[in-house]
Amino acid sequence: MKTPEQLKYTQTHEWVASEADGTLAVGITDHAQEVLGDIVFLELPVVGKRYAQGEACAVIESVKAASDINMPVAGVVVAANDALAQSPEQVNADAYAAWMFRIKPDNAGDIGNLMDAAAYAGHAAK
Amino acid sequence: MLKKTPLNAAHRALGAHMVDFGGWDMPVNYGSQIEEHHAVRRDAGMFDTSHMLAVDVIGADARDFLRRALANNVDKLKLPGRALYSCMLNDEGGVIDDLIAYFFAEEFFRLVVNAGRAEQDLEWLAALRQRFRAAVEITPRRDLAMIAVQGPRARECVWQVLSEARVATEAMPPFHSAQVDELMLARTGYTGEDGFEIVLPAGRAEALWGALIGCGVRPCGLGARDTLRLEAGMNLWGQDMDESVSPLDAGLAWTVDLDRARDFVGCSALLAHPQSRQLLGLVLAEKSGVLRSHQKVVTAQGEGEITSGTFSPTLARSIALARLPLGVKPGAPVQVMVRDKRLAAKVVKPPFVRNGRILVD
Repeated sequence: MKTPEQLKYTQTHEWVASEADGTLAVGITDHAQEVLGDIVFLELPVVGKRYAQGEACAVIESVKAASDINMPVAGVVVAANDALAQSPEQVNADAYAAWMFRIKPDNAGDIGNLMDAAAYAGHAAK
Repeated sequence: MLKKTPLNAAHRALGAHMVDFGGWDMPVNYGSQIEEHHAVRRDAGMFDTSHMLAVDVIGADARDFLRRALANNVDKLKLPGRALYSCMLNDEGGVIDDLIAYFFAEEFFRLVVNAGRAEQDLEWLAALRQRFRAAVEITPRRDLAMIAVQGPRARECVWQVLSEARVATEAMPPFHSAQVDELMLARTGYTGEDGFEIVLPAGRAEALWGALIGCGVRPCGLGARDTLRLEAGMNLWGQDMDESVSPLDAGLAWTVDLDRARDFVGCSALLAHPQSRQLLGLVLAEKSGVLRSHQKVVTAQGEGEITSGTFSPTLARSIALARLPLGVKPGAPVQVMVRDKRLAAKVVKPPFVRNGRILVD
């Protein structure tokens, strides 16, 4: 299980990357793709829509099951990775390259509430 | 404490993802379920099916007993080795289990039943034995292991490893079996591909498994087994039918030999309640989502429900089996309620795939 140091993580297995422009890129962790198995479908959030922290905003489906992807912090979705939706198996190939959407957080400081790599590694191992 | 098959250590050594499957510790995949699926369609894959139970029915009344106990008619089994797919019904006409019956000799039949239903099946068979005062011994064979080798290259691989079995099985048609020493090889399966299901003493399972890997047969988990059987249009007990569902409503009328004279268990219930629904296939437009069991289907003739749904690796789109109102025809456009959306799907007649070929458009 890979947990890159520079990322932040949620209890519900999303990773969050801080971009230079102040937006946040979101995907699911290596652990999550491993548990889900072969990923075959991705339903992305609506660009321009505001979601609350923890709100289900996207859906990922593997051969096995469907799972919600939750908003890591409150904010507005500013981009969705449509190319990834066309080849969702990329999530299995490299979960941390497979960003799903970008958000402009309501409060830039909210990312501080998320787990760091070490905390997430402990959480995922439970 | 989960039950383990004789191949449990072999699965773990291969790095399988293990899951609790009806109380059994079983591999769901060994990495990629989709690659395992393709291996069976294109080459050769194998499954540990030792969690399933072989039940030997032996005695003077063996044929009479099964003629009453099963919805399909074992009188179709005339040549030794012949196999028959059948449901076993309760008195209300619901499906207790589906199984394959093998005929070895007039006084010796073998049933292979679902893992999760084995205990109920044994209780039911024991009750029927009492009811019919049948002179049969019903013996669960937990001493046996089972490996299903499936795919276009499956039989060739088996012959490479079990050369002594080639003569007895080379000309053997589908749905027949042969006994070779202490092994049973049946040309049956749950994938829609050619191959063998091999029943053998538990102590020999690991050696055969290893030898088949040596021949390039890919170990496949229960995940691929499910997508393969669904593409092949084969029912799964507990999803596509159960004790509350008539086989006539579950697409299994072809397996029911409805002859009042035979008076099999469930016969009068089926005659009193003719078919009211039908099991058909659905195909979803590419990349619009994944169909799952219990999703509602809206048709021009009323509502139906998906009983099994998945992503089909061969079609690269989602497919399902659905219980639909009578009158819905293949080709009809329907809508499936998926979360907050209505997705367009098309009704098709299963199977979706057989012998590597896509049969629906």
